Order: sequence, then C-alpha cells, then structure tokens
Amino acid sequence: MLSEGSSFMKGMALGGIFCLLLSLLGSFTPGMQSSPEDQHHHHHIKAPTNDELQSLSEPQMVELSQKVRVYCVIMVQPKVLVYWATAKDTWSKHCDQAVFYSSESAKALEAVDLNEQDEWTKLRKALKHAYDNSGDLRWFFVARPTSFAIIENLKYLILAKDANEPFYIGHAMKSGELEYVEYESGIVLSYEALRRLVNVFKDEEKCPERGRALWKLSEEKQLAICLKYTGVFAENGEDTQGKGLFNSKSVSSLIEDGMSKNPLDVVEGCCSDLAITFSGMSPNQMQVMMFGVYRLRPYGHNFHDSLIFFPPEGSDND
Amino acid sequence: MKGLSGSRCCFYMGFLVGTLSLYFLRQVWFEMSMEPLVLGEGQDSSVAALAKERQARDSNNWRVEGAALINLNHLHHTGEDSRMADELYQKVRILCWVMTGPSNLQTKARHVKATWSRHCNVVVFMSSVDDPDFPTVGLGTGEGRDQLYWKTIRAFHYALEHHGNDADWFLKADDDTFIVVDNLRWVLSNHTPEEPLYFGKRFKPYAKQGYMSGGAGYVLSKEALRRFVEGFKTKVCTHTTPVEDLALGQCLEKMGVLAMDSRDTLQRETFHPFVPEHHLTGKFSKSFWYWSYCYYPIVEGPQCCSDLAVSFHYVDAELMYTLEYWTYHLRAYGYRHRYRPPLPQGLVERLAQTERPAVGTAGRGRTPASITVGADGDQSKTESGAKPLSDKGGKETLGKIPFDNNRTAVT
Repeated sequence: MLSEGSSFMKGMALGGIFCLLLSLLGSFTPGMQSSPEDQHHHHHIKAPTNDELQSLSEPQMVELSQKVRVYCVIMVQPKVLVYWATAKDTWSKHCDQAVFYSSESAKALEAVDLNEQDEWTKLRKALKHAYDNSGDLRWFFVARPTSFAIIENLKYLILAKDANEPFYIGHAMKSGELEYVEYESGIVLSYEALRRLVNVFKDEEKCPERGRALWKLSEEKQLAICLKYTGVFAENGEDTQGKGLFNSKSVSSLIEDGMSKNPLDVVEGCCSDLAITFSGMSPNQMQVMMFGVYRLRPYGHNFHDSLIFFPPEGSDND
Repeated sequence: MKGLSGSRCCFYMGFLVGTLSLYFLRQVWFEMSMEPLVLGEGQDSSVAALAKERQARDSNNWRVEGAALINLNHLHHTGEDSRMADELYQKVRILCWVMTGPSNLQTKARHVKATWSRHCNVVVFMSSVDDPDFPTVGLGTGEGRDQLYWKTIRAFHYALEHHGNDADWFLKADDDTFIVVDNLRWVLSNHTPEEPLYFGKRFKPYAKQGYMSGGAGYVLSKEALRRFVEGFKTKVCTHTTPVEDLALGQCLEKMGVLAMDSRDTLQRETFHPFVPEHHLTGKFSKSFWYWSYCYYPIVEGPQCCSDLAVSFHYVDAELMYTLEYWTYHLRAYGYRHRYRPPLPQGLVERLAQTERPAVGTAGRGRTPASITVGADGDQSKTESGAKPLSDKGGKETLGKIPFDNNRTAVT
C-alpha cells in the first residue's frame, strides 16, 4: 500500500517536472531577454501646467505652435465602412493631415490601399508610408475609426515635447514584462520614435514582418517589442492631475462605471476635462460627441488657453 | 506480482495526474500574467478624496430653506474665467422647480440634484408628497399624467408665494429634463422680469401664439407668474384639462403673457424635446407629429441645435451625467468656437484682460500668419475691438486676429 502511494507521488512529481520542461521549451522565443539598458525610465507623460506655459516667451510659443502638427494614421477596412465614413466626417478633420490606410480599396472612400490582411503587416506598411510622406509634420497619431480623438487636446499634451526625442505615448498597459500602448485608445509617436521604428523594421530578427512564430502577439504588443529594441518605451499620457487622457471606453461607459463605483462624484471621477481619446461609440454617438466637444458649452465660462486652434474649413458639425 | 504491477500502475497514474494538474496550473498562471495591469492608476485614492471634498463643498454651498435649496456660491470650475457667468448669475436669478414624484426620487430626481440643478439660484423639487430628507415639497395632489396640470398650478403658486423675492425667472422642468442653466441666463439676459414673457420649445397648434412643450422645460418671468396666479384667482384660467403644457399656454395667452422666440442669433433652437442624438442624427419621419407641431421650421442635422443649447428631454440618469460632463468639463483645448454669441446688452464689459495673449495656430492647410490675441472672443462685442496688452514688461501685442478670407466667421 505504502509502496503504491509513494510510486504515485513519485509519478506525480516526475509528471509535473516533465510538464514544466515542455512548457519552458515551448515558450522559449529567441531574443526576448530584457535588455541591459532597462534602467529607470519615465512611464508618465503629463500635460504642461499653466505656469510652465506662462514661463515660455512669445517667440517660443509661436515656434511650438508651428511644430505641434499631427499626421493621423487611420487604419480602416471596408468591413467597417460606416466607422470609416464617420471618422472622415468627424474627428479626423482636426488632424493637420489625416490619411486612411485600408487593407483593400473601397469604391466609396479614398484610402492608401495596403493590399494586406495581416494586422501587424498592415501597421508596418502604414507607418512606413506615413514616415515617408509626413512632409514637415512631426507627430503621428495612430488609431482605428472606432476610436474618437480630440486632436487639440493631443497637441496640448505634446506641446512642450521635442519631436526629435523618442516618444511613444497613449494608454500604457503591462503584460508580463512588456509595457505597451493600447491600440484602441490611440497611439502617439514622435518623429524620432517613428524614425527608429522604420529603421528596426529592416531587422527581421528583432522585428519580423510576419510576426512572432509560436503564438501570434497582437500588433500593439509587436509594436512595443520593436520599439523597445530601439530604446523607446511606452508612456502613459495624463493631465496635470494624473488622470489618464487616453480611454478605450466611451464617455457613457465610463459614466456608467462611475455611477456604480463612485455615485457621489460621478462626473468628477469620470474622465479628464482635456481627454484625448474615447472608444466604443456608435457612428451616431460620434456625431453627438462632436457637438459635445466642439460646440456645447455654458455661456460665460471662458478659458485663457495659451494657444488658439481654428475650426477646420468646410465643416458644420464642429 | 500484483503489488509490483499495482505500484507501477500507481506510478503511471501519478505521472499523468502530475502532468495534467501542472498543465492546468500553468495555463491559469499564464492567463493571469497576460492580464494587463494598467500603468498610471493611482487615481482611486484621489477619487475617494474628491468625494469627501465634494460632500464638504456641498454643505457649504447650499442653504436648505424648507424644501428649497438656495445656492450660496455659484459653481466654479478650476482654471476657468467665469466672470461673465457670475455677472449673469447675479443679474438673471432663476428658480428651478423640478416636477417629480415619490417613486422617482432615487431613480431620477437624485441625478438632477447631482447635476444641472446645482447651477440654479434656487431649486425646489415638487412632488405629491412632502419629503424632508430629499427635500421635496408635497403639493397635496395625486400622481400620474392627469394630475400634471394640478401639480403645475400648485407648484407655481408655491414658488411665487415662498420664493417670489428670491428669483426673477421661474423654470419648470421634469425629472428627465436636462437644463444648461448658464445658457438659459444668456437667452433671458436681454429681457426683464417685469415684462410678461415666457420661453421654451414653441409648439403651434391649439393656441394662437403657440405654447411651450412641457418636457423640454419652460420659464416664466416674474410678471408672467404673477399673471398666471392672478388668472386662477379671477377664474379666467381653469383647472380642468390634463394636458399641462397646452393648458398653461392657453392660460398665459388669456392673461396677456407673450410666447417668445428662444432661438439663438442664428435661428437655432435652444430648448429641445428629445435627446441630443435624436436631434443631431435622427431623421424625423414625415408623418411624425413633431413636423406639424413645431412653431419654427425644423432643421435636421448639426444645425438643429444651438451651441448654447438650454434643454433636452427624455434624459436618463446616465445621460444626465454625460451631458454635465460635456457641458461643464470636456472641451477642446484652445479651440476657437465657430459661433461667437453676442454679449448681453447692458452687461459691463470686462476689459481687465491681464492674461498673456494666446498664440494662434492654423487648422488644416493654413499656416499661422502672426500671433493672435486673447482666446476670450466671447467677451468682445466686435472682432476688431480693443486688444489686451500683455503684462510681460509692457510688451504690446500685435494687430488683429488674422482672419482668412474663406474662414466661416460667424457672429
């Protein structure tokens, strides 16, 4: 009896070790060691405070206002035609340049046809194209048309940042060892970050075009891995109070959360006044967002912002 | 023999069990490690602190007088210049009374109390039953559609009797109406409460001058309210019809109160009988009653609604908070609104603009020509008016705002 029991135990132990060995072999992917340059890097990017802006001279302010121009990379496909059309008719009008990149061409709407179905490959091609065609635009905002972005608030966040430094900003998430920016709430890249990225695209070992072998990582994580090789790390975009500016939920959804978690201060506890992105809204709700963001306001409450952004031409929903 | 094969058997069984159990354990661990932890979430403690702060603030801001909440301090938002709004708050005093009932207090009225009603000078929640805790006024009526006009009559009588001196204008709203009180003040600012006027979403049938939709909210001047009360005393107005808004409109017409046009300077409606999504994106079917009711032509799409919207109706709890967030919180930094509403006449123009001038940057396709000036266009009557001086060592700011030829400048 005892010998049977002990054999059973031995068997269990060996079985466990065997299983562990198998899984270790399976998950082993080359080149995933954390780099030695894993020193302390800043994880949060905060919007400039009023004092910081006041301290800038006028010529400095003019210079900044001219540099903070955004090239929007909007990844679409015919499957989401309604969202594509809505993005075109709403928030993307506030980008200095908005370019739609599609997996395949659609008769109804104009886009750069990537002729590609794989998500990661599409993103690579689009970013390369954006880099080659950005002209003198120095900031890149990557999103899908299911997101809604307030570009003016993005400009405010990156206002005092130098695009010749690598920046990779958004809603920063952590998956095991990897810190990445969530795709759904929008990805911000400075010119330098994109330059480094386009460079590392050429390295098939570090940044393979067809993605990593054993199990497909999402493109947002692939992006983070490639950028990490070039020394660019994900940073969380926040307002001066530390509230996140990039949201993967809609306002209604966040309000709903607030009503159950924070019923005494639903609006205060919800979202930042200068939020940059929301996601998960229907096309109609995005039209309503345009009204809520760019038009609806209480008379007599004014803000003395340091920059003025004019409304885009030929538009009537903002 | 048996013992040996038995232990062998047990060994294999053990091996199997070990493998399987660790496999499942590994899966679970793997899944848990893949669950992303969000960076930058130190907000929970600050949110709790905010809630405490809010409760303390509330007790300092409201004086409870019977069933009315008297607003002591006009609500202020950090980082904004609300001098204009403060001026209007003093000049255009509004009493908001909210039509509600005992069964709606926790589901609807509570959210009104937490959002837009905080911007009124005085707010009173009218119910059929007294509730000292909420607080609500008990009007001594029943509940239900057929009681609406009774409640309205009694509510207005109560308001004049108890708060006639606390306000100049008297607003009626439902517990599913959202009101932007600051915009209501702007609409009313060019009128005086001594005139017999009333504003709202104007409907045309059944009354010569039309009447105002009940759900979208309507507001009476003090004189209009006096005449309404007088009408019942002299039996000119009757208590019988259940259609509250029409009955009120007919009574006011008999008493010589004028139904006014509440649209903005671009003829866009300010009071709305439906939710924003419906007006902005919906297409009303041609057979829908709305087409034949509206006094002014219906505009579908974004121009349906003024930037300075005053009301929306059929607003559920979630939308209440959402609207409060959109109106008073969310904005586009530095955005120069297309619609530049004119300054109310007779208001002192605040010229003390000691803030540094803002720098203008172009929208798509345009390059900023020169430094533009001050973002407070709302306060200037004309576009080429006086420009503020910078306070940085007496530097003078440059010329006018550079308007492109094809810019859609709207006043």
